[in-house]
Parts: sequence; C-alpha cells; structure tokens
Amino acid sequence: MTVLLAFAAAFLFATGTWLLLQRRLSRILIGIGLVGHGSNILLLTSGGPSGVAPIIGSAPAVDFSDPLPQALALTSIVITFGVTAFLLALGYRSWRITHDDVVEDDVEDRFIARRRSEDHIVSDTEDAARAQAAEEDRL
Amino acid sequence: MFALLALHLVLGVVIVAAGRILGRQAFLVAAVAPAAMLIWAATKANDVLDGKPVTESFVWVAGLDLTIDLRFDAFALVMVTLVSGIGLLICIYSLGYFTATKPGLARLAGILTLFAGAMLGVVLSDHLIALFIFWELTSVTSYLLIGNDDTNPRARAAALQALFITGAGGLVMLAGLIIIGQSAGTYLISELLVAPPSGNVVNVALVLVLIGAFTKSAQAPFSSWLPGAMVAPTPVSAYLHSATMVKAGVYLVARLAPIFAIQGNWRLIVLSVGAFTMVVGGLRALRQNDLKLLLAYGTVSQLGFMMLLFGVGEYHIAEAGVVLILAHAAFKAALFMVVGIVDHETGTRDIRALHGFGKSWRPVQAVAVLSAASMAGVPLMFGFIAKEKGLGGYVEYGDFVGETVVLIAIVVASMLTFAYSARFVLGIYGVFGLDDRDDVSRSAHAPGIVFWAPAGLLAFFTVLFGVFPQLLDRLVEGATLALYPGSSPKPLELWAGFNEALLLSAIVILGGVVLTLMRTKVARAQRRGSEAIRFLPTGDEAFAGVLRGISVTSRRVTAVVQNGSLPIYIAIIVLTVTLVPLTGFARDIDTLPDFVEQRVHIGFVALITAAALGASVVRHRIAAALMLGAVGYSMAGLYVTMGAPDLALTQFSIETLSTVLFVLVLRFLPRSWRHHAPAIAAPMRIAVAAAVGVAIFVFALSASNARPDVSGPQQSEVMIEDSYSEAKGQNVVNVILVDFRGWDTMGEITVLLVAAVGVVSLARTGRRRDDTDAPVFEEISDGESSEQKMPEALR
Repeated sequence: MTVLLAFAAAFLFATGTWLLLQRRLSRILIGIGLVGHGSNILLLTSGGPSGVAPIIGSAPAVDFSDPLPQALALTSIVITFGVTAFLLALGYRSWRITHDDVVEDDVEDRFIARRRSEDHIVSDTEDAARAQAAEEDRL
Repeated sequence: MFALLALHLVLGVVIVAAGRILGRQAFLVAAVAPAAMLIWAATKANDVLDGKPVTESFVWVAGLDLTIDLRFDAFALVMVTLVSGIGLLICIYSLGYFTATKPGLARLAGILTLFAGAMLGVVLSDHLIALFIFWELTSVTSYLLIGNDDTNPRARAAALQALFITGAGGLVMLAGLIIIGQSAGTYLISELLVAPPSGNVVNVALVLVLIGAFTKSAQAPFSSWLPGAMVAPTPVSAYLHSATMVKAGVYLVARLAPIFAIQGNWRLIVLSVGAFTMVVGGLRALRQNDLKLLLAYGTVSQLGFMMLLFGVGEYHIAEAGVVLILAHAAFKAALFMVVGIVDHETGTRDIRALHGFGKSWRPVQAVAVLSAASMAGVPLMFGFIAKEKGLGGYVEYGDFVGETVVLIAIVVASMLTFAYSARFVLGIYGVFGLDDRDDVSRSAHAPGIVFWAPAGLLAFFTVLFGVFPQLLDRLVEGATLALYPGSSPKPLELWAGFNEALLLSAIVILGGVVLTLMRTKVARAQRRGSEAIRFLPTGDEAFAGVLRGISVTSRRVTAVVQNGSLPIYIAIIVLTVTLVPLTGFARDIDTLPDFVEQRVHIGFVALITAAALGASVVRHRIAAALMLGAVGYSMAGLYVTMGAPDLALTQFSIETLSTVLFVLVLRFLPRSWRHHAPAIAAPMRIAVAAAVGVAIFVFALSASNARPDVSGPQQSEVMIEDSYSEAKGQNVVNVILVDFRGWDTMGEITVLLVAAVGVVSLARTGRRRDDTDAPVFEEISDGESSEQKMPEALR
C-alpha cells in the first residue's frame, strides 16, 4: 500500500458514496461501480508490494505478487458485475412503469414516522399511577 | 437436587396443562413439590449443619465451560426452609382462599410451583450465571402471577412494572456478575470466598450487582413495584412479595457481603440505601388504610433492615440477619394470610370499613396480634430476638464510619414499625371503622380451620422461637458459618442481661407506644409532610414517566432514521460503519508507507480520479456511464503494473460488457435530469462522501501497517508452493479460483445465475404487460403521479 493508492481508493469511495446518496437509480448504479473499484484497490494492495505475475516458472517465487488477494479481487469484480446487471434491469423496469428512474421515498415508512403514539402499555401504566396517587392523597 | 428442581418444573407444567380437570385441587397437587423438597432437606440437614455442604454439578455446555453448580449449605438450608415451608403452607391456605373455581386458578397453582422451583434454584446455585438465570425466572413467574387476572388493566400495569424494574435490574446485575467472574477467574461463589478479586473494575461491578439486588428487594428508589404487586391474589403476595422472592436481593447481598463488604463503596451504598428504605417504608406504611398495602410498605421497610444487617459484612450482625429473615417470613406471611382471610370474608381490606369481629374470629385475631407483636419487636416474640440481636450487633461490633447514623435510623424505623404494627392490630379490632360505613365485619362468617390453620402454625412458631430461641441455635450458627467460614457466632439468647441493646429496644417500644397514642396528630403531621413534598413524583409516576419517555424517544428516533428516504438510510449506514471504527484505525498509524511505488501509478491514479469525478458530476446519463467505463479501463492498466494480468483481463472484458449493458438500458431513460432536491441535500451529501473518503484513507494506511504483524508462514506462500505439485497449474491465481478455493467460485457462479434469472424476469415482465394490456400502463402511470404527490402532502 502506498499513500497514492490509498488516496485513489479513498477518492473512489468518496465519489461512489456521493453517487449512492442520489435519487436516480442510474447514478446509484455508477456509484456502486466506483465503490467496487475502490474496494478492489484495497483488496489488491493488502497483498503488500507488487511483484511479477504469479505464474510458476516465469520467475522465482519470492518475486511474485501475492496471488490470494488477486483471486479475491477477481471474485469481487465478477460479483460487482452481477449486481450492476441486476440493478440495470431494475432501472429498466422502473422506466417501464414510470418513464423515469427516481427512487421515491417509502410511503409506509413515512406514515410510521408520523404516527401518533397509541401505546396502551404506557396509558395503562399512567392510569394506574394516577389512581394510586389519587388514593394516597385521599388518606 | 436437580431431580427436585426438575420435579418443580414438571409438576408446574402438568398443573398448568391439566388445569380444567384439577380445578381447586391443583393446589393439593402443587403441595407435593415443596413437601418433597422439605423431606429431602430434612434428611440432609444434619450433614449440612455440620459444615458439610451437598454439591451437585451438571455440565451444560462442555465446550464453553458452562456448568450448573448447586451447593446446599446451611444458609441455603435456611432459605430452602423458607421457600418450601411457606410454599407448603400457602398451598394449603389457597384451598381456603380460592373457594370458587375460576378460570386461571390452576394456572396460578402451576406457575406458583414453577416459581418455587426457580426460587430454589436461586438459593442453591453456586454458579453466578446459573443464579442469574434462576433469578430472572423468578421475575418472569412473578410477572405472570401478578398479572394472573389478565382482564384487569391495573394488574397488567403492575405486572409490567414489576417485570420492567426487576428485569432491568437483573440485566445490570448480569453485567456486574460477568465482570466479577472474569476478574476472579471463577464464577463459583464458594471459590470467590476463598480468593476474592479486587480492583477498580470490581468496584464498578459491585455497584451493578447491588442495583440488581436493590430492584429485586424493592429498595428505594426502586420500591414502587412492590406495593403495586399487591393486586395479585393474597396467597401470591404472601409467598412471593413478602416471604421469598423479594428476599432474593437480600440473599445475594448476604452471600457477597463476606467477600466484598470492605471493597469500594459497598458499605456506603448498601447502608445508605438500606437505612433510607427502612425509614421511608415505615413512614409510608403508617399512612395506609388498606391492610395489604400497609403490609407491603412494611415489607419494604423490613427488607431495608435486612440489607442493613447483611450488608455490613460483619458476622455478628449478619447472624441477626439470619434470624430476621426467618422471623420476618413467619410473621409477615401470617399477617398476609390474615389480610386474605379478612378480605375473603368481608370483601374489604380497608380499616375504615372494619368494625371488629365476632367471638368466632378469636383464633384469627390471636394470630394477627401475635404476628404483629413479633413484627413490632415485643419481647417473647421471634421478631424481638432478631431486632435485639441486630441492635446489639451494631452497638458492639459496628466499628465503621456512619455506624451511629445507621443505628439511629434503625431505632427510628423500628418505632415506626411498632406504630404500623399497632395500626394493623387496631384496624383488625375496628378502631378505625367509620360510622358512615356499613358494618361488614361483625356479621362476617368465621373462616374454616383449613383457612386459618397455616397462619396459626406460623404464629405458633413465632411464639415458640420467641420464647425458646435456643431451638434455632444450630441452624442460625450453621448458616452464619456458611456465610463467614471461620467465624464464631454467638448462641441466641432470650435474656442477654441489661445492656445497650435492651435499652434501645425499650426506647423503640416506648417511642412506638407514643406514636400509637398520638396517632391522630401523627397522621395530620404526615399528611402535611406529604403535601409539602407532593411536587416530587411518586415511584409509580416516575415509572410511568420513564415508560412514556422511552416510547416518545423511540418514536422520534424512528421518525428520524426510518423516514422512508433511501439516501438517508444509506448515509446513516455508511457513516456508522466508517466513523465508528475511525479513531481506532487512526491510532494504529505510526509511520506512513511509501508515497509512490511506481511512477506510472501517478498517471493511472490521475486518470481514475478525473474519470470518477466526471462520473459523479456530469448531468448526462450515457456520459456518466462512459466515465465509469474509463475508470474501469484505467483500473485494468493499474492491475497490469501490479503484476495481476488475470485481473486486468477480467476487468477489461467485464468493463466492456457492463458499458454495453449500461448503454442498452440508459438509452431508454431521459438523457439528463432536472434537479429538485432541497438546497441542504448537496452539502450534506458532500459531507457524508468526504467523511467516508477520509475513513477509507485512514483505514487503508493503518491496514498497510498491520500487514507485517502477521506471523508464521503466509497462506499465499503455501498456495504458491502447492500450485504446481498438487493442482498441476502454473497460474497460481487460476489454481486458487478453480481448486484451492473452488467452492467460493461455485458460490460466485450461483450468484451470477440468480442475478441472471432476476434480470431476465424483470426485463420480460414489463414488456408483456405493456404489450398486451395498454390501459394498465395508463393506470400505473396515474398511480405514479399520485405517489409522487404523496410525500409533499405528508410534509
């Protein structure tokens, strides 16, 4: 890991997060792609300083770059692609229905947030406390 | 012992299940369990009192070292005698109390049996965690018993309050117990006694454990649940909320005081809470007109007294605690039974409605007088022995700071105890009966012998041990020795000669008589006093306030974090996962790594950052997708320079494929979009993005420092070595993917398959509906526009 690559990964994460926080599904998608690239840099650099390609016989083994993070990064690339393809299909579907790709607020969640408290446990307890206090005041 | 605990469990479940068949007889069946326990305890009593405890150990989860260790020593014998002895009497008493078969009656009997089993578990457990589990089981059964009349909202509220307070205290206590167990290296109380842990952490843990004990034993300021619990049927109140369960906290303090009393603030906390509770409980008991509430507040006060006796950690005083725990169970259970009888025969427990009873009530009245006298500490009663010994212990052996204050509190509270005991007796004799109330007591039926005999037996013990305390010498000495090994407890005496304790007892009785004679003035003074402090919330009000606070807070928190907006959800999640560990990572960075490894990286990183920046600001969908592609191709170049040709190849082909996909989909969508987010959104998004960027930067640097710390042969080296010899492959990365970690690849393929199925179905569904049913599209489109309006309307 070098400071330069750490910066590159951080920059990819920052721009990716910025896009993830948008309302357009297509921008969110691009954000996921950027975050994926950033995490690949992190994965790959976790193997230490880079060397030559890890192919037996091409060079002495001590000069190889670490093969395990490469395998992990490879998996990550492919999975990111799968996610991208699925989200693109969602975007297509969203266009089919609304002719746009805006991610709307969840209306149910909004209703829950605005709901008045109807907690019968609390009201039971308060009634009991009031009754108790009234009883003792009478004494 | 396990067999007997299991018997309680099985019997309890059977009674609950077979409720309809059993009816009232359920209590007879329930009596089998305490009877068996008593018989077993009696056969072991000799050994146990000789200082040879019976132990049993049951390996629960071997791998985690979780065992349930039971230990039956002399102090446990005292508690078992209480739990099972009173339990047996309560079962008989219940036959008289519940004359009609009501629904839920057998359930009551069954849960009572389950409770007895849990309570026995508390007093028999040597392992702190097992003790905690049984402790919480008593809270749960207590909840079910208080709320047994589930149609009564007050019963439900009281049950919830009891569960809430004792349950929360139990959880606090669990934290303390774990700290103690971890710092001592053992969870066994018997081993803690040999090698007590110490230190600041343990001092904190002791405070936590004491909070648990205070909630369970209804000490101020957690006492409000106990008077509330009086909505339970009287047999339950007599058993759980006076004689047994509420003593669990006292029991734990008694067990731990020999180990920890001189550590931290133990004494200060226990003694101030105990003294305060004892005085305030007495004051409030004196104000009650409801006989049962009077006893409940009296119980709170007496529990404070027990805390004072056991909490000091001085064996002479703790010995008095053992006597008091026995004496209190005898007189308080009997008094509760009397209240139950009065309630059952007259339909009221209000002393203003009682005008005295007929001749046939003499046995019940005698029980009331004798038990109340014991409670008041009148000589020749069991309670006198306990109080006298406690006062004597404090006078002679209480050599610690604040001893005098505690002694004064005990004397004052004992005067109050005398006064409310007198109030109870005068109430039974109808002194407080108001003329305008109907006389319900004179004509009341006398209770049958089954109904009053259990209370009568307890009153007999009260007198027997009051006159011949030496009968209990062996038990009390054994229990004290079990708590304080190596101590030399003194035998019990009825007459210890003229000493300070006797003088104090005389003062207590004198003060109590004066308070009783001047009761009208005292009541007026108390009313004025309580009006003056009316601005303070009562325990019930405070509890209701806490509950409302929790409800309101949770609603507000939900409204903020769960407001329906995806960007907000994502922001909360990424900020939590990045910022929370940030400081920890930042501390790990001691040296910065090299700035640049290869010069060519500068060019690639410049490309990547420029394209990423472009992708995030450009307002044109296709352009943004192409920028993302540029990032991907630059990444591929980076991989080549880092010795990862496979990655570069994969990245290259995948990037091409996704760019094509992007263009395929994005061509449908409008080219660009209009901005309609609130003005505050952009700066907040930038702030969150910047925070994430900083966190990732710090994480990357600290992770690169962590790499050299890994010791031993690296996994990758093993893989390089085995690559050709075992898998016959020269490309190590490929070998890892298809061989060493082949199952990962298998999973990966599955993920792709699932995604492909999703893509296909999503793409096809829309098309079919659109083609075959054009009006549907119109409708959906209408729905969409109203949906878009919805959030605005909500605002």
